[in-house]
Amino acid sequence: MTALTTKLPSRFLPVLATVVLFALTFGVGSGLYDGFASGQVIANLFIDNAFLIVLAAGMTFVILSGGIDLSVGSVVALSTMVTAAGLKAGWPLPLVIIAVLVIGSTLGLLMGLVIHKFDIQPFIVTLAGMFLARGLCFLISVESVSIKDSTFRDVATAVIELPGGVTITYNVIIALVVVAAALFVLHRTRFGRTVYAVGGNEQSALLMGLKTARTKVGVYVISGFCSALAGLLFSLYMLSGYGLHAVGMELDAIAAVVIGGTLLAGGVGYVLGSLAGVLVLGTIQTLISFQGTLSSWWTKIVIGALLLVFIAVQRGLIRERR
Amino acid sequence: MTESPPPVVEMRGISLAFPGVKALQDVDFQLFPGEVHALMGENGAGKSTLIKTLTGVHTPDSGTVLLAGETVAFTSPGDAQQAGISTVYQEVNLCANLTVAENILLGREPRKLGGIDFKAMRTQAAAVLARIGVHIDPASVLESHPIAVQQLVAIARAIAVDCRVLVLDEPTSSLDAGEVAELFRIMRVLRDEGVAILFVSHFLDQVYEIADRMTVLRNGTLVGEHLTKDLDRRALIAAMIGRELGALEAIEDASERRTASGPVLVRAEGLGRKGAIAPFDLDIRAGEVVGLAGLLGSGRTELARLLFGADKATEGKLLVDGAHLHLRGPRSAIAAGIAFCSEDRKGEGLVADLSIRDNLVLAMQAARGWSRPVSRRVKDQLVEKYLAALDIRPANPDALVRTLSGGNQQKVLLARWLVTEPRLLILDEPTRGIDIGAKAQIQQLVTSLAAEGTAVLFISAELEEVVRIADRIVVLRDRHKIAELDGGSSIDEVVGLIAGEHLSEEVAS
Amino acid sequence: MKNRLLWPLLALAALLVLNLVVTPSFFSLRIQDGHLYGGLVDVLKNGAPTLLIALGMTLVIATRGIDLSVGAVAAIAGAVTCVHIGASGDAGTAFAGMAIALVLCALLGLWNGFLVAGLGIQPIIATLVLMTAGRGIAMLVTEGQIITVNNDPFRQVGAGFLILPISILISLAVLGLVALTTRKTALGMLIEAVGVNPEASRLAGVRAKTIIWTVYVFAAVCAGIAGLMISSNVSAADANNAGLWIEMDAILAVVIGGTSLAGGRYSLTGTLLGALIIQTLTTTVYTIGVAPEVTLVFKAVVVIAVCLVQAPKARAALSFRKVATT
Repeated sequence: MTALTTKLPSRFLPVLATVVLFALTFGVGSGLYDGFASGQVIANLFIDNAFLIVLAAGMTFVILSGGIDLSVGSVVALSTMVTAAGLKAGWPLPLVIIAVLVIGSTLGLLMGLVIHKFDIQPFIVTLAGMFLARGLCFLISVESVSIKDSTFRDVATAVIELPGGVTITYNVIIALVVVAAALFVLHRTRFGRTVYAVGGNEQSALLMGLKTARTKVGVYVISGFCSALAGLLFSLYMLSGYGLHAVGMELDAIAAVVIGGTLLAGGVGYVLGSLAGVLVLGTIQTLISFQGTLSSWWTKIVIGALLLVFIAVQRGLIRERR
Repeated sequence: MTESPPPVVEMRGISLAFPGVKALQDVDFQLFPGEVHALMGENGAGKSTLIKTLTGVHTPDSGTVLLAGETVAFTSPGDAQQAGISTVYQEVNLCANLTVAENILLGREPRKLGGIDFKAMRTQAAAVLARIGVHIDPASVLESHPIAVQQLVAIARAIAVDCRVLVLDEPTSSLDAGEVAELFRIMRVLRDEGVAILFVSHFLDQVYEIADRMTVLRNGTLVGEHLTKDLDRRALIAAMIGRELGALEAIEDASERRTASGPVLVRAEGLGRKGAIAPFDLDIRAGEVVGLAGLLGSGRTELARLLFGADKATEGKLLVDGAHLHLRGPRSAIAAGIAFCSEDRKGEGLVADLSIRDNLVLAMQAARGWSRPVSRRVKDQLVEKYLAALDIRPANPDALVRTLSGGNQQKVLLARWLVTEPRLLILDEPTRGIDIGAKAQIQQLVTSLAAEGTAVLFISAELEEVVRIADRIVVLRDRHKIAELDGGSSIDEVVGLIAGEHLSEEVAS
Repeated sequence: MKNRLLWPLLALAALLVLNLVVTPSFFSLRIQDGHLYGGLVDVLKNGAPTLLIALGMTLVIATRGIDLSVGAVAAIAGAVTCVHIGASGDAGTAFAGMAIALVLCALLGLWNGFLVAGLGIQPIIATLVLMTAGRGIAMLVTEGQIITVNNDPFRQVGAGFLILPISILISLAVLGLVALTTRKTALGMLIEAVGVNPEASRLAGVRAKTIIWTVYVFAAVCAGIAGLMISSNVSAADANNAGLWIEMDAILAVVIGGTSLAGGRYSLTGTLLGALIIQTLTTTVYTIGVAPEVTLVFKAVVVIAVCLVQAPKARAALSFRKVATT
């Protein structure tokens, strides 16, 4: 009976790799371009990607539980649409916010229930959710609806000055609060640990007497809620609602989570990894925009390549463990 | 120790049927506090079903379960756990990605400030581990420990609650001797604390070492309940295996019928696979039926899979017609004329959603490649021939295999390989779970195939059947080949070997 | 078998009747300059790329896989061809461009097959890589521009007529070819065997990996041809929007056609019906005057309905039979 006190280094390896990758890309940027290594560039990473951070936090829950949620991009679009349309119709802002969050969570709840009750693959159910949410956007309006509400605009443009002259928006605060909350829930609550348990081995979790059903549905509610919140942040960022907002954003969210070291098979991963994943994606975008001559499509190719590398590494880790 | 207290668990007249199978028929069972009670029986005897009835996974169709004298009706494993019945399964049913402490306490973890109190959790987990004498870091991740330790952690979880009954369903199948000793030490500690332990194992040595009492099941019925000291191994094995005559007597004794054998077709030299079967030598001659005898877990299936290349051997070599054959997978075995009917008909044998016709020609077609289809005419001929020859019903080639009965499914699987005209046919439990008529037909088929010159490796849990059909019997025990007997040997001889009466010293390695 | 196709057939019939009610002229056909025109022809013409991709997807799904990258592959095919053609107007350049594009697509299919069969990565994830990177590659090829061409032979692929639209003739030809290949050779049976029970197939000696490679290559080539049609129809390559969401439509068509996402038995006829239903649905929404984007809502409803009909658990619940719990 040997006392193995060391934790498996391999389970932290992907996250570590992501952090190193972030440092590296950022280092490369700082070496190549003047003004890259400024506090404001880092702050902008958060400002420009606040919604993605929130999305990735929600997606982390789903992927940790062994599922996937393809509907998040569409729910973001729907949220922007509801926000814009609601404000245009003269609803008070708090009501709009509550409506958006309830709609997102309800969509998540419905998808989770269908997935769990009828044992249909998450992939196809959330695909339907994706169609539904996009379609609902266009039911509200086919055109882009701009947001003219003054309170909303004030919040959107308000900046918070940090020491050193760096400014951030309220979006960043909200995103960081979400990450902190996700950290707490995943690591300090029974629900969070059950998410890991279900992703690790659902059958075992059930035999251990854990509430797997509630957990499996719960992660989609969380993801739906996060998507709706991300949609609110995206509205603040874009100041409009449009059915074609956030097309393909579910892929960015999944990519961020995977690059952040979460196993797609579920059970292993960290919210902070997903945050690092988002920052890596953001840095690559910033790098390419600093570079100037490389076009934006390189972002996609690089993200694809990174995805591949991380999936291959995951594959290797799983094989090694068996 | 067994007479004084009233039973903690009493099951009376339990019956349970699944579609098409009577899993349990009027079974009585009792378990006393402070005893280790072994539940014995071959595959399909109803052991797991009985356990699952006790632990709330299944609800019996009739009969009552009493816990400490009170009737209970559990509807989920959670219910049973609440009532003090904890179960540890063969596979470690824990979450390997969580820490040891979480695996022990998740679901009833100590809390603080709305969150899990990890410090208290580690302390509590350490206390439970200490109770069974296991000293590992509760904060370590479960998968960083070997399976044996994980198994002990599962036991720790089971006893972390107030546990009156501990069910251990084949906990030793993946443990080595030292680890089993450790497990038994813990079992004795718990027994002496007054916990009632229900123990299932296929290893007779272990059962005789640890169990105070045993209950034997066969085909879903209770055969008997005995104190371990009153039941010797022969009697136990005879009770487990039973005797099934009647419809099968039509087949004459194989060893009398054929004495001469053809040339050696397949020879294994020191063939083995780590953790599955120890290196063995084996000759199989054309036209003979070699029987493999041994209890479940003795390495029967593992041996067969090596010969077919379904698993790769880690040592030794295989010769076919005297030439070395490097098996890279089933395809190379098939090319050499070896065929294998898996014991797991549904999982590894048939393609349930395809028709009888497609299943019949699958192996032949796979060998030809996709671009050279078996013509419709040839297919129809083959199908017609084998539907008739094996009496497959319904005789409708378009019927989906999933709709057939077990016996007919088995015949389809057999026919698939007969179509390829194999030189060595490996049959792993071809008669399990099928009705008696189909059983007789399959046995008849084996003898006639051998008469035509096909070599057959016949694996069955039913010794009677093996002894009757085989020209030669290879006996396996604890993943070692321990003996080869002539076909004329008696069941008693084989039982003696399996029970380990004569050869226990030689097997020790 | 017939039962499985009954519901899709009824759905298609219902949609067509609805169209007839809304637009009485929907079924009328007329011939003008040797071209057949009419509502039905439009459905066929617009549905051709989806049908083609759905054919490839059917075989992939039959092996328990999925290919998310087809939309991106279609975009690459269009981009490569249009860039190769450039300002040229002659047939040789057009055919060379298309040939290069299709060979490239086959290579991309090999890549997917390698990830799935070679490395053993889950199909959804493996093809996600190319889905993400593929659009980038397409934009790399077109340098982010929408490349317009003026090449008549190329234009024929997507917009030409041979009485019927050439695109639908191509799709139907591929359908026929696949049906013939899978049913006249043993390919179809082996694909189904691998999809239903991979382990049993391996033990029966089936080359499961080779089959999986084959279906991914086929799916990519189908996507390539569809990409050519899409780009030819507008005589331009739009790396961003060509074939956007077509993978979802294709998967939907396959599922509506009765092929289970769990792999195994597949139906090419079902897929044909599925593709037609999707296209008719789109057309219907358009003709009854709802914004075309709203089609998505209907598609969502169809997906869920079809999945519920297929799911064993849902069926059991609907028929009030006792659900076996484990």
